[in-house]
Amino acid sequence: MGSPMWAVLKNFWHKLGSPKWFYQMSSRWLPWLSAITLGLLVWGLVWGLAYAPMDAKQGNSYRIIFLHVPASFLAMVGYYVMAIAGIVGLVWRMKMAMWVLRAAAPLGAVLTFISLFSGAIWGKPTWGTWWVWDARITSMLILLFLYLGVMALQNAFENEDSGNRASAVLTIVGMINIPIIYKSVEWWNTLHQGATIKFTEAPSMHMDMFKPLLLMIVTFYLLYALVLIMNLRCEILRHERRSQWVRELALNGKLL
Amino acid sequence: MAFESAAEFFAMGGHGFYVWLAYGVSLFSLVLLLLAPSFRRRALLKEIQQQQRIEQTRQNGGAQ
Amino acid sequence: MSSGRDNTQAQHGYALAMLKRELILAYRKRGDLANPLLFFVMVISLVPLGISPDSSLLALLGSGMIWVVALLASLLSMDSLFRGDYEDGSLEQLLLMPQALLAPVLMKILAHWLMTGVPLALIAPLLAVMLSVPGEALGVLLLSLLVGTACFSLVGAIGAALTVALRRASLLLSLVVIPLYIPVLIFGTAAVHNAASGLSSAGPLAILGAFLALAIALAPFAIIAGLRIGVDG
Repeated sequence: MGSPMWAVLKNFWHKLGSPKWFYQMSSRWLPWLSAITLGLLVWGLVWGLAYAPMDAKQGNSYRIIFLHVPASFLAMVGYYVMAIAGIVGLVWRMKMAMWVLRAAAPLGAVLTFISLFSGAIWGKPTWGTWWVWDARITSMLILLFLYLGVMALQNAFENEDSGNRASAVLTIVGMINIPIIYKSVEWWNTLHQGATIKFTEAPSMHMDMFKPLLLMIVTFYLLYALVLIMNLRCEILRHERRSQWVRELALNGKLL
Repeated sequence: MAFESAAEFFAMGGHGFYVWLAYGVSLFSLVLLLLAPSFRRRALLKEIQQQQRIEQTRQNGGAQ
Repeated sequence: MSSGRDNTQAQHGYALAMLKRELILAYRKRGDLANPLLFFVMVISLVPLGISPDSSLLALLGSGMIWVVALLASLLSMDSLFRGDYEDGSLEQLLLMPQALLAPVLMKILAHWLMTGVPLALIAPLLAVMLSVPGEALGVLLLSLLVGTACFSLVGAIGAALTVALRRASLLLSLVVIPLYIPVLIFGTAAVHNAASGLSSAGPLAILGAFLALAIALAPFAIIAGLRIGVDG
């Protein structure tokens, strides 16, 4: 275990647990990350809205896919981010991990909301109704409930540490349950097949539509990372306000 | 370019309302996600500065 | 070897004593025992009033309504699961003891199921008849609710443990636990639907059994972790 690779990794892990190191490093990365993310977002939006070809069956309403699919994707990924942060926070008692959990919860909930809202609007021209109890939409609704439950539990405790640990346990329970819930809802949906209309997207998708979608998924990953880091920096400032380095930071008056 | 003119682009082949509503609300939510931590950070730093000022005046008062 | 057997026997005796204690405590508060049951009956009687007394419509909706209301009745009784022990300090004592926490926690949940889940399941066929659910489905309804309420008690106990230190927690408990109840509801109602339409309900019932096994194996870890957080904080 004495290999230099291991030492480098271990060193990085310990540094990641240091709020001061993370705050200072992220101050350097953040302008670059924001610029790249916003650039890709504009590129992806213009490509998806104006340059991608029209869908033969759904017309232009299919363009909602460029927001709906990436948002759904990151909403799911976001829950696993929370659960991993929860495990690290509970097992290694790493306070930074608990702050990640705090930073990720509202972000994931908003992404789930975007997925649900854009999906509902997409349903109107495609299926003729705003809301269909389709397997994927129903699963997303349940995911939103899971996020809201975690956020409610986080804020219910007077002692913040208890709230963090309780919500960490809940996210881990939720992580084990998510595959079960998804499979159940899928099965339930095939049982009541009459109510749904399936529409295919990925296999029959033309490359000219798939490429902007891929770009938007990458963009949403970066956007997720960006907002997560920004939220985490707020948590760091809030918790480390008494420490010397935050006082110096505030004294220098650098607000940006 | 999938559209002939700007008017056609905004009409989205009759689906303009749905497309622009979905994009509008989603992008608005994303902008909120990006703005919220920026404002929060600024407010936090201001609060810390204020706290320091109060402590400093208190220290000065104690020295007299 | 003999010490190992003695140890197992002691564990058995300990678990049985815990179960007996829970049942005696529940018997002393007999009035509370009837509440989930009354809730169940009353809300089910609202269904024809709120929808329609038309028996063909009720037959269609009946089993699903019974499952949903049984879920709510079980949920409402969860909040008090660890509350009494937390408030009188015996939970803290329990956490300090050298014995494994698994036995007392499982016994508490078993007692909860015996006192709420089993009565709910037993009275459900009666209500099903009142909602014109076909007679062939009544046996499956009873069986599926017996297994389903056991799952509800186990998963609900996670929520009860996580919110044990909070004063007014029953609403929060519901928010936290309801999403986790969904798979049980889906397969429970599917079993009854299958039976009512003359299909085999062995598949959904087997999956309910699998959920119960999974819940027995995994839920205690989360419950114990939740109780420790509540007592520490």
